[in-house]
Amino acid sequence: MKILSKIYICLIFLLLYAPVIVMIIFSFNSSNSLSEFTGFSLRFYHEAFNNSKVIDAFKNTLILAVVTAAFSGVLGTAAAVGISRMKSKYLRKSLLSVTNIPMMNPDIVTGVSMMLLFVFAGTLIGLSSSLNFWTMLIAHITFSLPYVILSILPKIKQMDKHLPEAAMDLGCTPLMSFLKVELPCILPGVVSGMLMAFTLSLDDFVISYFVKGTGFETLPIYIYSAVKKGVRPTLYAANTIIVVAVLVLLILINFVGRDKSDKKLKTKGR
Amino acid sequence: MNNKRTSLLQRFVAAPYTVWSVLFIVIPLVMVVYYTFTDSNGVFTTVNVAKLVEKEYLSIFARSVAYAFIATVVCLVIAFPLAYFISQTKPRTQKLAIMLTMLPMWTNLVIRTYSLGNLIEDTGVINTALGLLDNPIHMINTPFAVILGMVYNYLPFMVLPIHTVISKLDKNVIEASQDLGCNKFKVITKVILPLSKSGIVSGITMVFVPAISTFYISKKLGGTDNRLIGEVIEDSFLYSENWNFGSAISFVLMIIIMLSIAIVNKFSDDEEGGGMLL
Repeated sequence: MKILSKIYICLIFLLLYAPVIVMIIFSFNSSNSLSEFTGFSLRFYHEAFNNSKVIDAFKNTLILAVVTAAFSGVLGTAAAVGISRMKSKYLRKSLLSVTNIPMMNPDIVTGVSMMLLFVFAGTLIGLSSSLNFWTMLIAHITFSLPYVILSILPKIKQMDKHLPEAAMDLGCTPLMSFLKVELPCILPGVVSGMLMAFTLSLDDFVISYFVKGTGFETLPIYIYSAVKKGVRPTLYAANTIIVVAVLVLLILINFVGRDKSDKKLKTKGR
Repeated sequence: MNNKRTSLLQRFVAAPYTVWSVLFIVIPLVMVVYYTFTDSNGVFTTVNVAKLVEKEYLSIFARSVAYAFIATVVCLVIAFPLAYFISQTKPRTQKLAIMLTMLPMWTNLVIRTYSLGNLIEDTGVINTALGLLDNPIHMINTPFAVILGMVYNYLPFMVLPIHTVISKLDKNVIEASQDLGCNKFKVITKVILPLSKSGIVSGITMVFVPAISTFYISKKLGGTDNRLIGEVIEDSFLYSENWNFGSAISFVLMIIIMLSIAIVNKFSDDEEGGGMLL
Protein backbone atom coordinates (compact mmCIF):
# COMPACT_ATOMS: atom_id res chain seq x y z
CA MET A 1 0.00 0.00 0.00
CA LYS A 2 2.75 2.40 1.03
CA ILE A 3 4.77 1.65 -2.08
CA LEU A 4 1.74 1.83 -4.34
CA SER A 5 0.85 5.26 -3.01
CA LYS A 6 4.38 6.49 -3.57
CA ILE A 7 4.33 5.18 -7.13
CA TYR A 8 1.05 6.99 -7.67
CA ILE A 9 2.45 10.30 -6.36
CA CYS A 10 5.53 10.00 -8.55
CA LEU A 11 3.50 9.08 -11.60
CA ILE A 12 1.19 12.07 -11.28
CA PHE A 13 4.10 14.40 -10.72
CA LEU A 14 5.81 12.98 -13.75
CA LEU A 15 2.73 13.72 -15.86
CA LEU A 16 2.34 17.15 -14.31
CA TYR A 17 5.93 18.01 -15.04
CA ALA A 18 6.26 16.39 -18.46
CA PRO A 19 5.70 19.66 -20.38
CA VAL A 20 7.97 21.58 -18.00
CA ILE A 21 10.67 18.96 -18.47
CA VAL A 22 10.21 19.14 -22.23
CA MET A 23 10.59 22.89 -22.02
CA ILE A 24 13.78 22.68 -19.96
CA ILE A 25 15.34 19.97 -22.14
CA PHE A 26 14.68 21.74 -25.42
CA SER A 27 15.92 25.06 -24.07
CA PHE A 28 19.35 23.40 -24.05
CA ASN A 29 18.99 21.97 -27.53
CA SER A 30 21.64 22.85 -30.08
CA SER A 31 19.22 22.99 -33.00
CA ASN A 32 15.88 24.68 -33.54
CA SER A 33 14.00 21.39 -33.42
CA LEU A 34 11.44 20.97 -30.67
CA SER A 35 11.01 17.25 -31.07
CA GLU A 36 14.52 15.93 -31.44
CA PHE A 37 17.37 16.62 -29.06
CA THR A 38 20.47 17.10 -31.18
CA GLY A 39 23.00 18.11 -28.57
CA PHE A 40 23.62 20.34 -25.60
CA SER A 41 24.18 24.03 -26.09
CA LEU A 42 23.54 27.32 -24.35
CA ARG A 43 22.88 29.30 -27.52
CA PHE A 44 19.22 29.95 -26.71
CA TYR A 45 20.15 31.33 -23.32
CA HIS A 46 22.61 33.57 -25.07
CA GLU A 47 19.88 34.61 -27.50
CA ALA A 48 17.37 35.24 -24.72
CA PHE A 49 19.80 37.51 -22.88
CA ASN A 50 20.59 39.40 -26.05
CA ASN A 51 17.00 39.82 -27.15
CA SER A 52 16.14 43.34 -26.05
CA LYS A 53 12.41 42.64 -26.35
CA VAL A 54 12.63 39.73 -23.91
CA ILE A 55 14.68 41.83 -21.50
CA ASP A 56 12.29 44.78 -21.76
CA ALA A 57 9.25 42.60 -21.24
CA PHE A 58 10.93 40.98 -18.28
CA LYS A 59 11.73 44.37 -16.76
CA ASN A 60 8.17 45.58 -17.31
CA THR A 61 6.78 42.46 -15.68
CA LEU A 62 9.01 42.92 -12.64
CA ILE A 63 8.21 46.62 -12.28
CA LEU A 64 4.51 45.94 -12.56
CA ALA A 65 4.67 43.08 -10.04
CA VAL A 66 6.66 45.09 -7.50
CA VAL A 67 4.40 48.15 -7.72
CA THR A 68 1.32 45.92 -7.58
CA ALA A 69 2.61 44.13 -4.48
CA ALA A 70 3.54 47.38 -2.73
CA PHE A 71 0.30 49.16 -3.51
CA SER A 72 -2.01 46.25 -2.80
CA GLY A 73 -0.06 45.59 0.40
CA VAL A 74 -0.77 49.07 1.74
CA LEU A 75 -4.33 49.33 0.46
CA GLY A 76 -5.09 45.74 1.49
CA THR A 77 -3.77 46.16 5.02
CA ALA A 78 -5.85 49.29 5.50
CA ALA A 79 -8.87 47.50 4.06
CA ALA A 80 -8.43 44.41 6.25
CA VAL A 81 -8.03 46.50 9.40
CA GLY A 82 -11.04 48.58 8.44
CA ILE A 83 -13.21 45.58 7.56
CA SER A 84 -12.37 43.74 10.77
CA ARG A 85 -13.54 46.70 12.83
CA MET A 86 -16.63 47.62 10.94
CA LYS A 87 -19.55 47.97 13.29
CA SER A 88 -22.23 47.44 10.70
CA LYS A 89 -22.49 43.74 9.95
CA TYR A 90 -24.35 44.48 6.76
CA LEU A 91 -21.64 46.76 5.41
CA ARG A 92 -18.92 44.29 6.31
CA LYS A 93 -20.69 41.38 4.64
CA SER A 94 -21.36 43.29 1.46
CA LEU A 95 -17.78 44.56 1.26
CA LEU A 96 -16.48 41.01 1.74
CA SER A 97 -18.83 39.77 -0.96
CA VAL A 98 -17.57 42.42 -3.37
CA THR A 99 -14.04 41.38 -2.43
CA ASN A 100 -14.88 37.83 -3.47
CA ILE A 101 -16.04 38.84 -6.93
CA PRO A 102 -12.60 39.01 -8.61
CA MET A 103 -11.74 35.59 -7.13
CA MET A 104 -14.99 33.96 -8.26
CA ASN A 105 -15.34 35.62 -11.60
CA PRO A 106 -13.47 34.07 -14.49
CA ASP A 107 -10.39 36.08 -15.43
CA ILE A 108 -11.69 36.72 -18.90
CA VAL A 109 -14.82 38.45 -17.56
CA THR A 110 -12.75 40.53 -15.14
CA GLY A 111 -10.50 41.45 -18.05
CA VAL A 112 -13.21 42.50 -20.50
CA SER A 113 -15.21 44.33 -17.83
CA MET A 114 -12.19 46.43 -16.89
CA MET A 115 -11.40 47.03 -20.52
CA LEU A 116 -14.94 48.36 -21.00
CA LEU A 117 -14.50 50.69 -18.05
CA PHE A 118 -11.09 52.00 -19.12
CA VAL A 119 -12.10 52.59 -22.72
CA PHE A 120 -15.32 54.24 -21.62
CA ALA A 121 -13.51 56.49 -19.13
CA GLY A 122 -10.90 57.22 -21.81
CA THR A 123 -13.48 58.43 -24.32
CA LEU A 124 -15.11 60.51 -21.59
CA ILE A 125 -11.94 62.50 -21.05
CA GLY A 126 -11.15 62.42 -24.74
CA LEU A 127 -8.13 60.14 -24.98
CA SER A 128 -7.54 58.33 -28.25
CA SER A 129 -5.96 55.28 -26.60
CA SER A 130 -6.83 54.88 -22.97
CA LEU A 131 -5.04 51.62 -22.23
CA ASN A 132 -1.51 51.99 -20.87
CA PHE A 133 0.75 51.08 -17.96
CA TRP A 134 -1.62 52.68 -15.47
CA THR A 135 -4.69 50.75 -16.55
CA MET A 136 -2.69 47.55 -16.34
CA LEU A 137 -1.50 48.51 -12.87
CA ILE A 138 -5.05 49.24 -11.73
CA ALA A 139 -6.20 45.88 -13.08
CA HIS A 140 -3.37 44.01 -11.37
CA ILE A 141 -3.98 45.73 -8.04
CA THR A 142 -7.68 44.97 -8.32
CA PHE A 143 -7.28 41.24 -8.83
CA SER A 144 -4.52 40.97 -6.20
CA LEU A 145 -6.28 42.89 -3.43
CA PRO A 146 -8.74 40.13 -2.42
CA TYR A 147 -5.86 37.70 -1.84
CA VAL A 148 -3.99 40.25 0.27
CA ILE A 149 -7.06 41.09 2.34
CA LEU A 150 -7.97 37.44 2.90
CA SER A 151 -4.49 36.58 4.04
CA ILE A 152 -4.44 39.45 6.56
CA LEU A 153 -7.95 39.03 8.02
CA PRO A 154 -7.22 35.73 9.84
CA LYS A 155 -4.12 37.29 11.43
CA ILE A 156 -6.21 40.16 12.76
CA LYS A 157 -8.71 37.66 14.15
CA GLN A 158 -5.92 35.74 15.91
CA MET A 159 -4.52 38.90 17.50
CA ASP A 160 -5.46 39.73 21.08
CA LYS A 161 -8.07 42.47 20.80
CA HIS A 162 -6.87 44.09 24.02
CA LEU A 163 -3.38 44.79 22.73
CA PRO A 164 -4.19 47.97 20.78
CA GLU A 165 -6.46 49.11 23.60
CA ALA A 166 -3.66 48.63 26.10
CA ALA A 167 -1.29 50.54 23.85
CA MET A 168 -3.67 53.44 23.66
CA ASP A 169 -4.28 53.38 27.40
CA LEU A 170 -0.55 53.72 27.79
CA GLY A 171 -0.58 56.83 25.69
CA CYS A 172 -0.22 55.73 22.09
CA THR A 173 -2.16 57.55 19.47
CA PRO A 174 -4.28 55.21 17.32
CA LEU A 175 -1.74 55.52 14.52
CA MET A 176 1.18 54.70 16.83
CA SER A 177 -0.68 51.79 18.35
CA PHE A 178 -1.30 50.46 14.87
CA LEU A 179 2.30 50.85 13.76
CA LYS A 180 3.93 49.58 16.94
CA VAL A 181 1.49 46.93 18.13
CA GLU A 182 -0.91 45.75 15.48
CA LEU A 183 1.29 45.82 12.41
CA PRO A 184 3.98 43.56 13.91
CA CYS A 185 1.24 41.08 14.86
CA ILE A 186 -0.28 40.89 11.39
CA LEU A 187 2.97 41.28 9.48
CA PRO A 188 3.25 37.60 8.42
CA GLY A 189 -0.17 37.92 6.79
CA VAL A 190 0.82 41.16 5.07
CA VAL A 191 4.05 39.67 3.77
CA SER A 192 2.46 36.48 2.46
CA GLY A 193 -0.34 38.52 0.89
CA MET A 194 2.15 40.76 -0.86
CA LEU A 195 4.17 37.79 -2.09
CA MET A 196 0.94 36.33 -3.43
CA ALA A 197 0.14 39.62 -5.17
CA PHE A 198 3.63 39.62 -6.62
CA THR A 199 3.37 36.12 -8.05
CA LEU A 200 -0.18 36.64 -9.31
CA SER A 201 0.87 39.78 -11.13
CA LEU A 202 3.99 38.12 -12.49
CA ASP A 203 2.03 35.25 -13.97
CA ASP A 204 -1.15 36.94 -15.13
CA PHE A 205 -1.88 36.61 -18.79
CA VAL A 206 -5.63 36.71 -19.35
CA ILE A 207 -6.52 39.98 -17.61
CA SER A 208 -3.40 41.76 -18.88
CA TYR A 209 -4.24 40.59 -22.38
CA PHE A 210 -7.48 42.58 -22.37
CA VAL A 211 -6.28 45.75 -20.64
CA LYS A 212 -2.86 45.94 -22.30
CA GLY A 213 -2.02 49.08 -24.15
CA THR A 214 0.48 49.71 -26.88
CA GLY A 215 4.05 50.20 -25.74
CA PHE A 216 3.88 48.34 -22.48
CA GLU A 217 4.29 44.59 -22.80
CA THR A 218 4.68 42.13 -19.96
CA LEU A 219 6.45 38.84 -20.46
CA PRO A 220 3.30 36.68 -20.71
CA ILE A 221 1.92 39.08 -23.34
CA TYR A 222 5.20 39.09 -25.22
CA ILE A 223 5.36 35.30 -25.14
CA TYR A 224 1.83 35.11 -26.50
CA SER A 225 2.65 37.29 -29.48
CA ALA A 226 6.10 35.78 -30.04
CA VAL A 227 4.92 32.18 -29.98
CA LYS A 228 2.94 32.85 -33.15
CA LYS A 229 6.06 34.01 -34.95
CA GLY A 230 8.17 31.10 -33.74
CA VAL A 231 11.20 32.23 -31.73
CA ARG A 232 10.45 29.25 -29.61
CA PRO A 233 13.57 27.73 -28.02
CA THR A 234 14.58 31.22 -26.91
CA LEU A 235 11.28 31.51 -25.07
CA TYR A 236 11.85 28.09 -23.52
CA ALA A 237 15.21 29.32 -22.25
CA ALA A 238 13.71 32.52 -20.82
CA ASN A 239 11.01 30.50 -19.11
CA THR A 240 13.40 27.95 -17.70
CA ILE A 241 15.10 30.83 -15.93
CA ILE A 242 11.73 31.95 -14.60
CA VAL A 243 10.83 28.46 -13.36
CA VAL A 244 14.08 28.36 -11.42
CA ALA A 245 13.41 31.86 -10.06
CA VAL A 246 9.89 30.90 -8.98
CA LEU A 247 11.24 27.77 -7.32
CA VAL A 248 13.66 29.90 -5.29
CA LEU A 249 10.84 32.32 -4.44
CA LEU A 250 8.60 29.44 -3.34
CA ILE A 251 11.30 28.12 -1.06
CA LEU A 252 11.66 31.62 0.42
CA ILE A 253 7.90 31.90 0.91
CA ASN A 254 7.90 28.60 2.72
CA PHE A 255 10.37 29.98 5.20
CA VAL A 256 8.41 33.14 5.92
CA GLY A 257 5.75 31.00 7.58
CA ARG A 258 2.77 31.59 5.41
CA ASP A 259 1.34 28.10 5.77
CA LYS A 260 -1.67 28.91 7.88
CA SER A 261 -3.04 31.98 6.21
CA ASP A 262 -2.45 30.52 2.79
CA LYS A 263 -4.25 27.31 3.51
CA LYS A 264 -7.19 29.11 5.04
CA LEU A 265 -7.49 31.16 1.96
CA LYS A 266 -7.48 28.14 -0.29
CA THR A 267 -10.33 26.44 1.53
CA LYS A 268 -12.39 29.48 2.33
CA GLY A 269 -15.98 28.24 2.41
CA ARG A 270 -17.51 28.93 -0.94
CA MET B 1 -10.32 55.22 25.98
CA ASN B 2 -10.83 57.55 23.14
CA ASN B 3 -13.65 55.81 21.37
CA LYS B 4 -14.70 58.63 19.15
CA ARG B 5 -11.26 59.11 17.73
CA THR B 6 -10.65 55.44 17.01
CA SER B 7 -14.01 54.96 15.35
CA LEU B 8 -13.29 57.90 13.08
CA LEU B 9 -9.98 56.38 12.12
CA GLN B 10 -11.61 53.02 11.51
CA ARG B 11 -14.20 54.47 9.23
CA PHE B 12 -11.51 56.26 7.32
CA VAL B 13 -9.24 53.23 7.03
CA ALA B 14 -11.54 51.07 4.90
CA ALA B 15 -12.73 53.98 2.80
CA PRO B 16 -10.05 53.91 0.08
CA TYR B 17 -10.66 50.23 -0.53
CA THR B 18 -14.42 50.72 -0.55
CA VAL B 19 -14.07 53.40 -3.19
CA TRP B 20 -11.59 51.26 -5.12
CA SER B 21 -13.82 48.20 -5.13
CA VAL B 22 -16.85 50.17 -6.27
CA LEU B 23 -14.87 51.85 -9.04
CA PHE B 24 -13.00 48.83 -10.34
CA ILE B 25 -15.10 45.82 -9.37
CA VAL B 26 -18.74 46.90 -9.26
CA ILE B 27 -18.86 49.52 -12.01
CA PRO B 28 -17.10 47.32 -14.62
CA LEU B 29 -19.69 44.60 -14.01
CA VAL B 30 -22.48 47.14 -14.34
CA MET B 31 -20.94 48.14 -17.64
CA VAL B 32 -20.98 44.54 -18.86
CA VAL B 33 -24.71 44.43 -18.12
CA TYR B 34 -25.21 47.81 -19.78
CA TYR B 35 -23.42 46.73 -22.96
CA THR B 36 -25.34 43.47 -22.96
CA PHE B 37 -28.66 45.22 -23.33
CA THR B 38 -27.67 48.00 -25.71
CA ASP B 39 -26.55 48.18 -29.32
CA SER B 40 -23.56 50.08 -30.67
CA ASN B 41 -25.50 53.36 -30.46
CA GLY B 42 -26.44 52.84 -26.84
CA VAL B 43 -30.09 52.07 -27.58
CA PHE B 44 -31.82 49.38 -25.53
CA THR B 45 -32.01 46.04 -27.32
CA THR B 46 -32.24 42.33 -26.61
CA VAL B 47 -30.64 41.38 -29.93
CA ASN B 48 -27.35 40.40 -28.28
CA VAL B 49 -28.99 37.98 -25.91
CA ALA B 50 -31.29 36.65 -28.64
CA LYS B 51 -28.26 35.89 -30.82
CA LEU B 52 -26.96 33.57 -28.14
CA VAL B 53 -29.72 31.03 -28.65
CA GLU B 54 -28.65 30.52 -32.25
CA LYS B 55 -27.55 26.97 -32.85
CA GLU B 56 -23.89 27.87 -33.33
CA TYR B 57 -23.57 29.53 -29.95
CA LEU B 58 -25.74 27.04 -28.11
CA SER B 59 -23.42 24.25 -29.20
CA ILE B 60 -20.38 26.26 -28.09
CA PHE B 61 -21.95 26.78 -24.67
CA ALA B 62 -22.82 23.09 -24.42
CA ARG B 63 -19.30 22.11 -25.44
CA SER B 64 -17.70 24.47 -22.91
CA VAL B 65 -19.84 23.15 -20.08
CA ALA B 66 -19.19 19.54 -21.10
CA TYR B 67 -15.40 19.90 -21.42
CA ALA B 68 -15.12 21.84 -18.17
CA PHE B 69 -17.30 19.28 -16.42
CA ILE B 70 -15.25 16.32 -17.67
CA ALA B 71 -11.99 18.10 -16.80
CA THR B 72 -13.29 18.83 -13.29
CA VAL B 73 -14.31 15.20 -12.73
CA VAL B 74 -10.97 13.91 -14.02
CA CYS B 75 -9.13 16.39 -11.77
CA LEU B 76 -11.15 15.24 -8.78
CA VAL B 77 -10.53 11.56 -9.51
CA ILE B 78 -6.78 12.16 -9.85
CA ALA B 79 -6.43 14.72 -7.07
CA PHE B 80 -8.28 13.05 -4.23
CA PRO B 81 -6.01 9.98 -3.99
CA LEU B 82 -3.00 12.21 -4.61
CA ALA B 83 -3.92 14.59 -1.81
CA TYR B 84 -4.69 11.66 0.48
CA PHE B 85 -1.42 9.87 -0.27
CA ILE B 86 0.55 13.08 0.19
CA SER B 87 -1.08 13.65 3.56
CA GLN B 88 0.09 10.19 4.66
CA THR B 89 3.76 11.04 4.15
CA LYS B 90 6.20 12.68 6.54
CA PRO B 91 5.71 16.45 7.16
CA ARG B 92 8.88 17.30 5.30
CA THR B 93 7.88 15.27 2.24
CA GLN B 94 4.44 16.83 2.41
CA LYS B 95 5.81 20.33 2.27
CA LEU B 96 8.00 19.42 -0.68
CA ALA B 97 5.14 17.70 -2.51
CA ILE B 98 2.86 20.69 -2.03
CA MET B 99 5.54 23.04 -3.27
CA LEU B 100 6.04 20.87 -6.33
CA THR B 101 2.29 20.94 -6.92
CA MET B 102 2.26 24.72 -6.86
CA LEU B 103 5.33 25.27 -9.01
CA PRO B 104 3.75 24.63 -12.44
CA MET B 105 0.86 26.86 -11.38
CA TRP B 106 3.25 29.76 -11.24
CA THR B 107 4.95 29.22 -14.53
CA ASN B 108 3.37 30.98 -17.40
CA LEU B 109 0.09 29.53 -18.69
CA VAL B 110 0.92 30.32 -22.29
CA ILE B 111 4.27 28.58 -22.33
CA ARG B 112 2.97 25.63 -20.29
CA THR B 113 0.17 25.05 -22.78
CA TYR B 114 2.56 25.59 -25.62
CA SER B 115 5.00 22.95 -24.46
CA LEU B 116 2.13 20.56 -23.82
CA GLY B 117 1.16 21.03 -27.46
CA ASN B 118 4.79 20.45 -28.33
CA LEU B 119 4.55 17.12 -26.54
CA ILE B 120 1.41 15.79 -28.21
CA GLU B 121 1.76 17.18 -31.73
CA ASP B 122 1.73 14.80 -34.69
CA THR B 123 5.43 15.55 -35.08
CA GLY B 124 5.87 16.17 -31.35
CA VAL B 125 8.04 14.65 -28.69
CA ILE B 126 5.83 11.64 -27.95
CA ASN B 127 5.41 10.58 -31.56
CA THR B 128 9.10 11.18 -32.29
CA ALA B 129 10.18 9.21 -29.24
CA LEU B 130 7.91 6.33 -30.17
CA GLY B 131 9.16 6.40 -33.75
CA LEU B 132 5.66 6.96 -35.09
CA LEU B 133 6.32 9.95 -37.33
CA ASP B 134 4.96 8.15 -40.39
CA ASN B 135 1.83 7.02 -38.66
CA PRO B 136 1.48 9.30 -35.65
CA ILE B 137 -1.00 8.95 -32.81
CA HIS B 138 -3.24 11.89 -33.51
CA MET B 139 -3.84 13.81 -30.30
CA ILE B 140 -3.66 17.52 -31.00
CA ASN B 141 -6.79 19.37 -32.16
CA THR B 142 -9.09 16.83 -30.56
CA PRO B 143 -11.43 17.19 -27.57
CA PHE B 144 -8.98 14.93 -25.73
CA ALA B 145 -6.20 17.49 -26.15
CA VAL B 146 -8.35 20.34 -24.83
CA ILE B 147 -9.48 18.37 -21.79
CA LEU B 148 -5.92 17.20 -21.17
CA GLY B 149 -4.80 20.82 -21.28
CA MET B 150 -7.44 21.80 -18.74
CA VAL B 151 -6.58 18.92 -16.41
CA TYR B 152 -2.90 19.60 -16.70
CA ASN B 153 -3.24 23.32 -16.05
CA TYR B 154 -5.80 23.24 -13.26
CA LEU B 155 -5.00 20.03 -11.37
CA PRO B 156 -3.04 21.92 -8.66
CA PHE B 157 -6.16 23.94 -7.85
CA MET B 158 -7.89 20.69 -6.95
CA VAL B 159 -5.02 19.09 -5.05
CA LEU B 160 -4.22 22.02 -2.74
CA PRO B 161 -7.59 22.61 -1.02
CA ILE B 162 -8.29 18.88 -0.64
CA HIS B 163 -4.85 18.29 0.84
CA THR B 164 -5.33 21.19 3.26
CA VAL B 165 -8.54 19.71 4.61
CA ILE B 166 -7.28 16.12 4.79
CA SER B 167 -4.06 17.09 6.53
CA LYS B 168 -6.07 18.88 9.22
CA LEU B 169 -8.39 15.95 9.93
CA ASP B 170 -8.43 14.76 13.50
CA LYS B 171 -6.41 11.54 13.56
CA ASN B 172 -8.54 10.32 16.49
CA VAL B 173 -11.65 10.24 14.32
CA ILE B 174 -9.91 7.94 11.85
CA GLU B 175 -8.60 5.71 14.63
CA ALA B 176 -12.03 5.60 16.23
CA SER B 177 -13.58 4.42 12.99
CA GLN B 178 -10.90 1.74 12.69
CA ASP B 179 -11.57 0.66 16.26
CA LEU B 180 -15.23 0.39 15.42
CA GLY B 181 -14.47 -2.02 12.61
CA CYS B 182 -13.95 0.00 9.45
CA ASN B 183 -11.47 -1.42 6.97
CA LYS B 184 -9.11 0.85 5.06
CA PHE B 185 -11.49 1.33 2.17
CA LYS B 186 -14.40 2.15 4.44
CA VAL B 187 -12.31 4.65 6.40
CA ILE B 188 -11.78 6.54 3.18
CA THR B 189 -15.32 6.40 1.84
CA LYS B 190 -17.20 6.80 5.12
CA VAL B 191 -14.92 9.09 7.12
CA ILE B 192 -12.29 10.93 5.11
CA LEU B 193 -14.35 11.63 1.99
CA PRO B 194 -17.32 13.20 3.81
CA LEU B 195 -15.04 15.18 6.11
CA SER B 196 -13.07 16.66 3.20
CA LYS B 197 -16.17 17.95 1.47
CA SER B 198 -15.31 21.61 1.95
CA GLY B 199 -11.94 21.10 0.26
CA ILE B 200 -13.52 19.18 -2.59
CA VAL B 201 -16.12 21.90 -3.12
CA SER B 202 -13.57 24.70 -3.32
CA GLY B 203 -11.41 22.50 -5.55
CA ILE B 204 -14.33 21.94 -7.91
CA THR B 205 -15.04 25.66 -8.25
CA MET B 206 -11.37 26.48 -8.62
CA VAL B 207 -11.07 24.06 -11.54
CA PHE B 208 -14.45 24.52 -13.18
CA VAL B 209 -14.40 28.32 -13.35
CA PRO B 210 -11.11 28.75 -15.21
CA ALA B 211 -11.78 25.64 -17.33
CA ILE B 212 -15.14 26.81 -18.64
CA SER B 213 -13.83 30.29 -19.41
CA THR B 214 -10.48 29.42 -20.98
CA PHE B 215 -9.69 30.63 -24.43
CA TYR B 216 -6.01 29.97 -24.75
CA ILE B 217 -6.04 26.23 -24.06
CA SER B 218 -8.73 25.44 -26.62
CA LYS B 219 -7.20 27.78 -29.16
CA LYS B 220 -3.76 26.23 -28.84
CA LEU B 221 -4.71 22.58 -28.39
CA GLY B 222 -8.19 22.34 -29.87
CA GLY B 223 -7.74 23.81 -33.32
CA THR B 224 -10.83 25.18 -35.05
CA ASP B 225 -13.27 22.38 -34.22
CA ASN B 226 -13.25 22.86 -30.48
CA ARG B 227 -14.16 26.50 -29.99
CA LEU B 228 -15.19 27.42 -26.45
CA ILE B 229 -17.02 30.39 -24.91
CA GLY B 230 -13.77 32.12 -24.01
CA GLU B 231 -12.69 32.18 -27.64
CA VAL B 232 -15.96 33.78 -28.71
CA ILE B 233 -15.51 36.47 -26.05
CA GLU B 234 -11.92 37.12 -27.10
CA ASP B 235 -13.03 37.26 -30.70
CA SER B 236 -15.85 39.72 -30.16
CA PHE B 237 -13.76 42.07 -28.04
CA LEU B 238 -10.43 42.05 -29.82
CA TYR B 239 -11.08 41.03 -33.43
CA SER B 240 -14.65 41.57 -34.58
CA GLU B 241 -15.05 44.53 -32.19
CA ASN B 242 -18.61 43.60 -31.31
CA TRP B 243 -18.42 44.57 -27.66
CA ASN B 244 -22.13 44.36 -27.07
CA PHE B 245 -22.30 40.75 -28.15
CA GLY B 246 -19.08 39.99 -26.23
CA SER B 247 -20.64 41.49 -23.12
CA ALA B 248 -23.76 39.39 -23.59
CA ILE B 249 -21.70 36.19 -23.69
CA SER B 250 -19.64 37.29 -20.68
CA PHE B 251 -22.86 38.06 -18.83
CA VAL B 252 -24.32 34.64 -19.59
CA LEU B 253 -21.02 32.98 -18.70
CA MET B 254 -21.12 34.71 -15.33
CA ILE B 255 -24.67 33.46 -14.77
CA ILE B 256 -23.73 29.89 -15.72
CA ILE B 257 -20.84 30.01 -13.27
CA MET B 258 -22.93 31.44 -10.46
CA LEU B 259 -25.54 28.75 -11.01
CA SER B 260 -22.91 26.01 -11.06
CA ILE B 261 -21.36 27.29 -7.85
CA ALA B 262 -24.79 27.49 -6.24
CA ILE B 263 -25.48 23.87 -7.28
CA VAL B 264 -22.14 22.66 -5.94
CA ASN B 265 -22.71 24.53 -2.69
CA LYS B 266 -26.15 22.92 -2.37
CA PHE B 267 -24.48 19.53 -2.33
CA SER B 268 -22.08 20.52 0.40
CA ASP B 269 -22.96 21.23 3.98
CA ASP B 270 -23.95 24.80 4.58
CA GLU B 271 -22.14 25.03 7.87
CA GLU B 272 -19.49 27.37 6.46
CA GLY B 273 -21.54 30.49 5.76
CA GLY B 274 -22.97 30.35 2.26
CA GLY B 275 -22.98 34.13 2.53
CA MET B 276 -19.50 34.17 1.07
CA LEU B 277 -21.01 33.61 -2.34
CA LEU B 278 -21.86 36.92 -3.97
